Amino acid sequence: MKKPLLDIRDLAVAFDTDGGAVHAVNGVSYTLNEGETLGIVGESGSGKSVHVLAMLGLIPRPPGRITGGQVLFEGRDLLALKERELRKIRGGAIGFVFQDPMSSLNPGMTVAAQIIEPLRIHLGLDARAARARAKELLDLVRIPNAGGRLDQYPHEFSGGQRQRVMIAIGLSCRPKLLIADEATTALDVTVQAEIVSLVQDLKRELGMAIIWITHDLGVVAGISDTVQVMYAGRILERGPVDDIFSDPRNAYTLGLLRSLPDLSGGRAGRRRLHQIEGAPPDMRHPPPGDPFAPRNAFATPRCRAEMPPLAQAPGAAPGHLVAAWYDLPKLLAAEAAR
Amino acid sequence: MSVQDHPIVSVRDLSKHYPLRSWWGGKASVFRAVEGVSFDIRPGETLGLVGESGSGKSTIGRAVTMLNPPTSGTIAFEGTDLAKLSAGAMRKMRARIQTVFQDPYAALNPRMSAGDYVAEAFKLHRRDMRGPERREAVAALFQRVGLDPRFMGRYPHQFSGGQRQRICIARAIALKPSFIVADEPIAALDVSIQAQVVNLLQDLQDEMGLSYLFISHDLRMVRYLCHRVAVLWRGRIVELAEADALYADPRHPYTRRLLAAVPVPHPAEERARLAARDLSGHDQPPDGPLTEVAPGHWVALPGAGAG
Amino acid sequence: MSTGTPIAETTGLAAPAGAPALIQEPGTLTAFWRRLRARKSAVAGLIIVGLLILMALFAPWIAPYDPTATDWGNVRGAPSLAHPFGGDEVGRDVLSRIIFGARASLGAGLVSVALAVSLGLPLGLLAGYAGGWIDGAISRLTDALLAIPFLILAIALAAFLGPSLVNAMIAIGLSATSTFIRLTRAQVRAVAAEEFVEAARAMGNPPWRIARVHILPNIVPAILVQATLTIAAAIIAEASLSFLGLGQQPPEPSWGAMLNTAKNFMDEAPWMAIWPGLSIFLAVLAFNLFGDGLRDALDPRQRT
Repeated sequence: MKKPLLDIRDLAVAFDTDGGAVHAVNGVSYTLNEGETLGIVGESGSGKSVHVLAMLGLIPRPPGRITGGQVLFEGRDLLALKERELRKIRGGAIGFVFQDPMSSLNPGMTVAAQIIEPLRIHLGLDARAARARAKELLDLVRIPNAGGRLDQYPHEFSGGQRQRVMIAIGLSCRPKLLIADEATTALDVTVQAEIVSLVQDLKRELGMAIIWITHDLGVVAGISDTVQVMYAGRILERGPVDDIFSDPRNAYTLGLLRSLPDLSGGRAGRRRLHQIEGAPPDMRHPPPGDPFAPRNAFATPRCRAEMPPLAQAPGAAPGHLVAAWYDLPKLLAAEAAR
Repeated sequence: MSVQDHPIVSVRDLSKHYPLRSWWGGKASVFRAVEGVSFDIRPGETLGLVGESGSGKSTIGRAVTMLNPPTSGTIAFEGTDLAKLSAGAMRKMRARIQTVFQDPYAALNPRMSAGDYVAEAFKLHRRDMRGPERREAVAALFQRVGLDPRFMGRYPHQFSGGQRQRICIARAIALKPSFIVADEPIAALDVSIQAQVVNLLQDLQDEMGLSYLFISHDLRMVRYLCHRVAVLWRGRIVELAEADALYADPRHPYTRRLLAAVPVPHPAEERARLAARDLSGHDQPPDGPLTEVAPGHWVALPGAGAG
Repeated sequence: MSTGTPIAETTGLAAPAGAPALIQEPGTLTAFWRRLRARKSAVAGLIIVGLLILMALFAPWIAPYDPTATDWGNVRGAPSLAHPFGGDEVGRDVLSRIIFGARASLGAGLVSVALAVSLGLPLGLLAGYAGGWIDGAISRLTDALLAIPFLILAIALAAFLGPSLVNAMIAIGLSATSTFIRLTRAQVRAVAAEEFVEAARAMGNPPWRIARVHILPNIVPAILVQATLTIAAAIIAEASLSFLGLGQQPPEPSWGAMLNTAKNFMDEAPWMAIWPGLSIFLAVLAFNLFGDGLRDALDPRQRT
């Protein structure tokens, strides 16, 4: 049994604000194997972005605080590392692609300079070797005329191309893990499709593990091996992608899937969108039990009182974990029978 | 909901050009944000305007409401050409044409309570209403959009994104308009909240017979919500048809490309779609005048000269 | 606006008929006070400013002596029980003169800034909102005035108007106006670009109403902060003008004028300079600290 590439145990992160401490991440635990693509789905306040930023030491402290947990990457606890050590990993063994390519690229530096930076820091390449590699990388991310464009500035590229440059930077040191945080959210749908395709191809070529964070269920469906659904700082469900979509066991997952428009019957046959009532909880006072319970029509009193553990869902595919006291398939069957 | 025949909004040859001057003051060129756009919207109908960045869809939304008046073209609303109205007359007309903006975080005045914000509609257009009557009307609107009227005195930062958008919608329907331009009204909201707002918009349309111009880049939601859809590319309409017809049988290459790029929330289907993607270079799509290729289905064919 | 009293049913949303609970944000005023209280320096500034204002208001009741009453027995008298701050060159009680001097300093500060704001705000509003040639004209005028250092301008105007406290206030006020024009204009342009202003237009608001209801309330915080900081500068300006003989005329006390006479007696009676100097320093420091704290507290950056 190979050890997982990433092993997160009980990670908890809080932010201190004027109004009290906001518990953004509450006991998140999961593993990621080499070469696996994990799609993390969630809405604002779910903790999907915060937990990866915290793990890489990228949240401002203060007001952020890591209140517990371990993050083992290749066996080393990232949370225990000094900043100097962490910096060697950031951009090196772990590559990161942010959401907004306009603000994540330095407008005052050429693209070449920005790609070369991690190469020199992490791989110690000399100027000529680094530049050659930078051109290779731009080719890799399919920027036409890479050689000619190395010395251009970010504003001379389109949004989609800038995101490719971000990916090039993220991949520059052949990372074991690439984290893409809402990397295509700000892009047009056709551009998004190209970027997703690109990442898939790169994964086939380079074999890295990917964590893809998004709120878009469509994107997640296509690229993930495993899907994880987060809500209010916790994981509510996790499993192989096909099973999560075909056999959701958590009411929130079900709610998300159902709130997508059902277009099978054309306009004439369409029904009112299924909506999840209410809104995400106030993370300064997270509810004691299942955070989704207040909005969950299937919630039991136990859900409200006690947070269910993330455990294998009975009768589901192996590796399909859910945090729920209720048995969703049974309740749905009962509902359908009525 | 039945859609009657005479259009309530009739846009013809709408264009919006921005002059660009070379820095040395030489010959000025023009940036054509919107070029020759024409469409009708019937009472009770939702027309979807889809396109990517640079398509001009937001510009059209602002032009139709005269917030950013067009360079040329006519905008006939209930028979009146808005472009010809005086500033004062247009202000009065705004009681009947409302806009719901994209960003509920930016669309509310942070220093105005939610109730006051909605009441402004009455203060401006219903001078006859007295304070208590106004407050009652605002409370009723709050309830209609699913907000607790007790929160009327609260300020925007105390509401969530979905709630703020409801406040904006409450204000938009206050004067019982006949036409609402919704410019990406759900784009800034969480997925689970989007359904709430879309259902609300749908209910209001059924109750009040509203017409919507629904501007969005979310092709799934547009298919669900709109009766007819216009696809924009670089400021021109390249296809216009009933929603079902457009999605089932897109005739224009750009429409096809656009629809092919939409991720499908079904793993096996989506993987197949990604595998089948054609990433070859794209030629300039035809953008000539619209031709009716099937009843009610208009497509831009190659124009004479410009490709 | 209530103060964050929990709205019931945060969790009772099992089958909500619609209204989701409000985010438990405290009201704007409460949050503001809390942020302000958190900055000790700002609180200290506010307290000192408050004390100084009280001192100025209640001077006749607080001061032990008539500030203009000479006492030949106390000429350049050292601090004593009877005269805790000592006596000046004609024997007047320095403590009483300090207390009454607050009126000149604070009065000049507040009045001149009030003048600057009442001129600068409307002009800046006009320039920022109307744009076009109006903006051009006002901005060029402002640029020209801003080219002249504040104090030099104040001195020139005061000399032109004639030496008196009132003229000093007018001079300072006019000199500070251009700062407020520029600040207001920048703020107005920033706010006018916001989406809620466009929404206001979409609702059929006439321009003047947009300016009054939508733009003005949103620029007030920045103006307020600038005003507080300008008061500090105005106090120094008044002290400078009085020092030069252009402001408060004798025998009425002014901290600046006191410094002027005191400079001749630095060896024999240093207390004549120490107390006015400290007072100016304290007043300016207090307004600056409070202004900084106000800027931080008014900045709603903690939550969108």
